[in-house]
Amino acid sequence: MEDLILKLKKEIINVLNREDITPEDIDTEAPLFGDGLGLDSIDALELIVLLEENYGVKIEDPKEGRKIFNSVKTMAEYIQKHQKN
Amino acid sequence: MVDVFIGADNTITSLGFSTAGLVEQIKANQIGISIYPGGNLYPTPVPLSLVDNRQLQDLFRQYLGETQPGLQPGSFTHLEMLHILSISDVLKSSGVNIKDPRTLIILSTTKGNIDLLEKDSYPVIEPDRIYLWKLAEFLQHFFGNPNKPLVVSNACISGVLAILIGSRLIKAGMYDHIIATGGDIVSEFVVSGFQSFQSLSPAPCKPFDAARDGLSLGEGCGTMVLSRDHSLCAIPEKIIVAGGSCSNDAHHISGPSRTGEGLYLAICRALKEAALDPPDIDYISAHGTATDYNDEMEAKALSRAALEPVPVNSFKGYFGHTLGAAGIIESALAIESMRNNELFRSAGFENPGTSKNINVLTDHIAKEVNHCLKTASGFGGCNAAIVFKKI
Amino acid sequence: MLCENLSPSVYICENFTILDSRMELFITRYIQLKNHQVIINGIVEYLSEEQSVSKLLRSVYRRSNIDYPKFFKMDNLSKLGFLSAEILLQGTDILQKYPGEELGIILGNASSSLKSDEEHQEFIRDRKKYFPSPSVFVYTLPNIMAAEIAIRHKIKGENTVFIFERFDHGFIYNYISELFRNQRVNCCISGWIDCYGDRYESFLFIAEREDMINRYKELQECIIFDPLNIEKLFKGESISWKI
Repeated sequence: MEDLILKLKKEIINVLNREDITPEDIDTEAPLFGDGLGLDSIDALELIVLLEENYGVKIEDPKEGRKIFNSVKTMAEYIQKHQKN
Repeated sequence: MVDVFIGADNTITSLGFSTAGLVEQIKANQIGISIYPGGNLYPTPVPLSLVDNRQLQDLFRQYLGETQPGLQPGSFTHLEMLHILSISDVLKSSGVNIKDPRTLIILSTTKGNIDLLEKDSYPVIEPDRIYLWKLAEFLQHFFGNPNKPLVVSNACISGVLAILIGSRLIKAGMYDHIIATGGDIVSEFVVSGFQSFQSLSPAPCKPFDAARDGLSLGEGCGTMVLSRDHSLCAIPEKIIVAGGSCSNDAHHISGPSRTGEGLYLAICRALKEAALDPPDIDYISAHGTATDYNDEMEAKALSRAALEPVPVNSFKGYFGHTLGAAGIIESALAIESMRNNELFRSAGFENPGTSKNINVLTDHIAKEVNHCLKTASGFGGCNAAIVFKKI
Repeated sequence: MLCENLSPSVYICENFTILDSRMELFITRYIQLKNHQVIINGIVEYLSEEQSVSKLLRSVYRRSNIDYPKFFKMDNLSKLGFLSAEILLQGTDILQKYPGEELGIILGNASSSLKSDEEHQEFIRDRKKYFPSPSVFVYTLPNIMAAEIAIRHKIKGENTVFIFERFDHGFIYNYISELFRNQRVNCCISGWIDCYGDRYESFLFIAEREDMINRYKELQECIIFDPLNIEKLFKGESISWKI
């Protein structure tokens, strides 16, 4: 799980073009949207693409997105639960 | 004080190649959006509104044969064919001379010949027609106009802006006549982009409806002649561009302001310039893309401007969102409503779906229309509003 | 104080003649970003060693001492426009003088968003690896560069991006004059922002009315807003006279 979390942090920084932060700056359980990293609606869409492209996990109901992308931890948990092995 | 008259117009959409034809289809409640099964334009099925390509090719070949027999259809892109047919149609009816130095062409487009980016899409066409200024000059030279055309590329408000800016240039004495031509094609580029935004509906779009779930992309071209000389106008009614404005929400690059304040500002300024108050507006041709956010924002802006009781429709339920063409095609239809004193049902609308109680048209009705407001909003938080007046 | 007859009252541009009564408009500040230089009011303020546009833009960002994480999400065209506006506005008080609704942004551009267009096209080239990126797609419109400036500085008035082959100083002069004459703007940011690959150029200026430039000393440093001066500033030529 720890490996996945670190990998996810690096990928988030990469796809969202956040050159200004490092994986250490991202608190695993902190909210990604709103106060935390301050991600916006386009970032949310990019994270959906990230999940599908890198992990083969497709989010069928976009409304689930809020819960799945709440934090890096919830993202990692969702991936582990839905990723086809 | 110079009046800027609407001289003539043409529209090309999935529902036909003329404005009169389009109106007939709308009256018959025809919907030009159908499920594209998947193929070149997108891998999986998606509702799209496409111009009848076979008819386009036939009409264009015929037109070239009559006017420029030395040229081959293969030397023109899909979009260029649309623009040429559209411009040639308005020139047939209007007395404006496109070769006159006092005539300017204004091109409105978001992506122009974007299909030139596809490998081997047009083997004999010079690749730099990907540049919007080059596309505009191509049209300029085709018709023999002496002026470098103006190109407006401001997302979905481009068409309304082209008409607005054209009228300003005439009033300022820079030109006497404007040929405002707006067009965009449906391409894999655009379909895939909007899909990545999850903003496409899986069914024909439903502007302002409670069950709306996204927009439908459409291709099209609209051309409008503006002139200070009513004697050169094909449209006998004296309908003028009475005022207009554009603004920016200054909020987010893709999401509109939640309060609609940018569009509200544009509407207020347009009304002020037209010397009209909200109760004077007889009809509103709205942007109404059928996305959750746009329609809600637009309803808020209309409500804030005290325009809730005014009959309003969106045309996008008939032929989709035609991007750079939308402002011109939909303005042409608004002008038709003014000419014939009839308003059209807002296709796709059944149940009110915005927090404000705007008056969405549910039937075609007869109504005297002397003052009409046209609104548009687009990516980048831009908004535009224009007022047409019958004098 | 004003020199009455220095500028032509008739400006001949392309195929038409503009009769324009003297508008008391001035260019109160202008900047350029080109050839690895940041030039403010004609003086080279910063010369960069960086060779690539991306690195140059990043170094200008760092030098401008702002904290704006959204910068890193922009494409190079929007970064260029954003930074040019940032440097332009850091040296003025126009954001305090004018409410956002009275400020306009009128820009010229040649290549539109072609680099971002090509990037998006690449994402959809292979049907087997088909992952279009929304954050790339959003930058495939040339007006987004104006939007980024508007969002940063809360500029809410008239905003338009025109596509020209080359900067058309005559049109820009005529159009901005119209906006002021009809009170559509009280202050306007305008110029040329273009970027494709390693080819980039920006030229931005602020146009204001004389009655809003309230100090005699400030007016001494302003340039009469007319098409010949706009052309000279764009080309980096010296203005032989100011007020």
